[in-house]
Amino acid sequence: MHTIFPLTLSGVGFAPNAVPVLADIDLRIEAGGRTVILGPNGAGKSVLMRLMHGLLKPTSGQILWNASESRPRAQGLVFQRPVMLRRSALANVAYGLKLAGVPHARRGVLARAALERVGLAHLAERPARVLSGGEQQRVALARAWALEPRILFLDEPTASLDPAAARSVEQVIVDIHAAGTSIVMTTHNLGQARRLADEIIFLHAGRITERTPAGEFFQHPRSTEAQTFLEGELP
Amino acid sequence: MSDLPASLSTALGLVAGLDAKLLDIVALSLSVSLSAVLLSAVLALPLGALLAVGRFAGRRTLTVIANGFMGLPAVVVGLLVYLLLSRAGPLGPLGLLFTPTAMVIAQAILVAPLLVALTRQTVEDAWREYQEQLHSLGATTHQATATLLWDTRYSLFTVMLAGFGRAISEVGAVMIVGGNIDGVTRVMTTTIALETSKGDLPLALALGLILVALVLAINALAYVTGAWAQRRLG
Amino acid sequence: MTKGNAQKEVPLGCAPKEVPAGDPRGTNILHRFLLSALACLTLAIGPVRAADSFITVASTTSTEQSGLFGYLLPLFEKPSGIQVRVVALGTGQALDLARRGDADVVFVHDPAAEEKFMAEGNGVKRQEVMYNDFVLIGPKDDPAKVAGGKDISVALKKIEASKLAFVSRGDKSGTHAAELRLWKAAGIDLDASKGSWYRDTGSGMGPALNTAASMNAYILADRGTWLNFKNRQSLAIVVEGDKRLFNQYGVILVNPAKHPHVKQAAGQQFIDWILSETGQKAIADYKIGGEQLFFPNAKR
Repeated sequence: MHTIFPLTLSGVGFAPNAVPVLADIDLRIEAGGRTVILGPNGAGKSVLMRLMHGLLKPTSGQILWNASESRPRAQGLVFQRPVMLRRSALANVAYGLKLAGVPHARRGVLARAALERVGLAHLAERPARVLSGGEQQRVALARAWALEPRILFLDEPTASLDPAAARSVEQVIVDIHAAGTSIVMTTHNLGQARRLADEIIFLHAGRITERTPAGEFFQHPRSTEAQTFLEGELP
Repeated sequence: MSDLPASLSTALGLVAGLDAKLLDIVALSLSVSLSAVLLSAVLALPLGALLAVGRFAGRRTLTVIANGFMGLPAVVVGLLVYLLLSRAGPLGPLGLLFTPTAMVIAQAILVAPLLVALTRQTVEDAWREYQEQLHSLGATTHQATATLLWDTRYSLFTVMLAGFGRAISEVGAVMIVGGNIDGVTRVMTTTIALETSKGDLPLALALGLILVALVLAINALAYVTGAWAQRRLG
Repeated sequence: MTKGNAQKEVPLGCAPKEVPAGDPRGTNILHRFLLSALACLTLAIGPVRAADSFITVASTTSTEQSGLFGYLLPLFEKPSGIQVRVVALGTGQALDLARRGDADVVFVHDPAAEEKFMAEGNGVKRQEVMYNDFVLIGPKDDPAKVAGGKDISVALKKIEASKLAFVSRGDKSGTHAAELRLWKAAGIDLDASKGSWYRDTGSGMGPALNTAASMNAYILADRGTWLNFKNRQSLAIVVEGDKRLFNQYGVILVNPAKHPHVKQAAGQQFIDWILSETGQKAIADYKIGGEQLFFPNAKR
């Protein structure tokens, strides 16, 4: 199977109705990494995730997957608030498989296996919407994972969760990465960023101010915006 | 008003006596209006959902038409269906005029705009929540429409109840296309109209009370079912 | 599909069950709705198929609302096995219905309109069946001072002169046509003297009587409907017995040459019966409170 990497953004800007949200984004994402995007509210993190995933089209610049403009299917996005369909957890996972064209006969097995990997096999038959927030987010992760993405985007996946639920979601993210999927995520939780990130991209006012290996970023952020951010956020 | 207590006792008497003729009329009312709503829903629900999800030319126009036609007078629908089904009309050879089927057709047309408009509203609200997720998973417009219809099924059930309420309470359309024929096309509302004509106001009001009680009972049942489903499925 | 099966299937569409995992399909819902709708439709059609032998009679509200048909029709239906489905309208509407071919037989009371219907070739033959009479109804305190009179023209002139409330059917019914003839016979040009006193209600006999009752107005009614009318309030008969108040009913088989689907044999059978000695006697036998409503006068 030919690779979808690298993902390259060149001169990407997003300015709906002439209101600039992102500008001059140049970025190259290779296979295998765990990239965390940090930045204050309104910096454009969520929009950047949606642009890379393909939910939004850039108003300027170009996004290429391995030099091709076509958007590969082997990539997923997990939202801050998981959207659970009104059906069982298992059916939610199977739903993604159906849209991906997986034959009916195989969906059940694959969906169950995905739920097992996120530790929710025992809740497979429960209506998804009555599960707790953390469980719902893990169902969403299972739904994305079952599609065997080469890269998974996560937009603040634990922002609405309590610490315990957040840790179990983090564990799933670690597992997904370990199984060979690249991770690009945003978070407000600096502890989480330290635990999960190989590298940090710092976004401020719609522009990337720096891209730094994680260890180095938390010791010596290069940009003044990141320094101010870390000082403000850390106790 | 001294007629009201008289009507209440007449109504209770009719119900307690399980009057066979009354039961036939009630059964016909229910089956006609229920059939009409289901028939209408087959087309109106997918159309309403498409209006919410789809991005096609004429979508706004259709939405405005559906919203506007919610207030379509029943008599106008009755006349239209009468002219269609009359022997001299285009569907005359089917011989459907003055049959329950004609009443079903008329009521189905009558409630269709209501079903389309309310379905569009319901599905559009759900679509706002689901849109990014479904696009992210690569759903086509048709797949998204089907998913939304299924996921809003309990709300749509309420929409259909609203349609049922409009159907079973209208008199203008069924009077014209049914003819209010005793034992064949006589339903609750046309019986009420007939008894009013005869000046038997207490009996007419009693039948009205029974109709209201019936509709209330059906709605209560639906509400309980919906609440139960909401609790179970979230 | 039998009626019983249909009833069992109805709840499927109305209360969808939970879907099996991985099978929440839109097409499925549609399929279900469609099945249920068909089942319900079959349920609705069921009774129609059951009664295959029936005729449709376009008639007037007076014959139905006076209770005559309720009494008369079973006497024909049981022995003949032919169901008579009555659509009760004003005479004008009933004739229009038949003109479109939507009835097999008309049974109405406006000889002039019936002759016109015949002249247009819509009917096979017009035959007289029975008569009753119109009565002038008015408030018991009788502000026009017409009560007890035998001359309808005098009464109408008094009402018009003092501009007292008068309710008209205004619906091209037989009674409406008779009312217009009576105004003309009294020498009153309605178009000229019409004012707020003349209430053109465009409604059936019953609704018009309800209106008159609540307004304490004068109104022309057929005796049958009046006798069976319950919401009289302070209304009573004020003028009756004038020969100009005579109300003739006729029956016509709709012309099969013009409308081939007309059930000629069954329709004719009904007409023959109602004109027969048995039918005529049944009409005479129908009474409310001991009072005979209709007087058979078929020519034999």
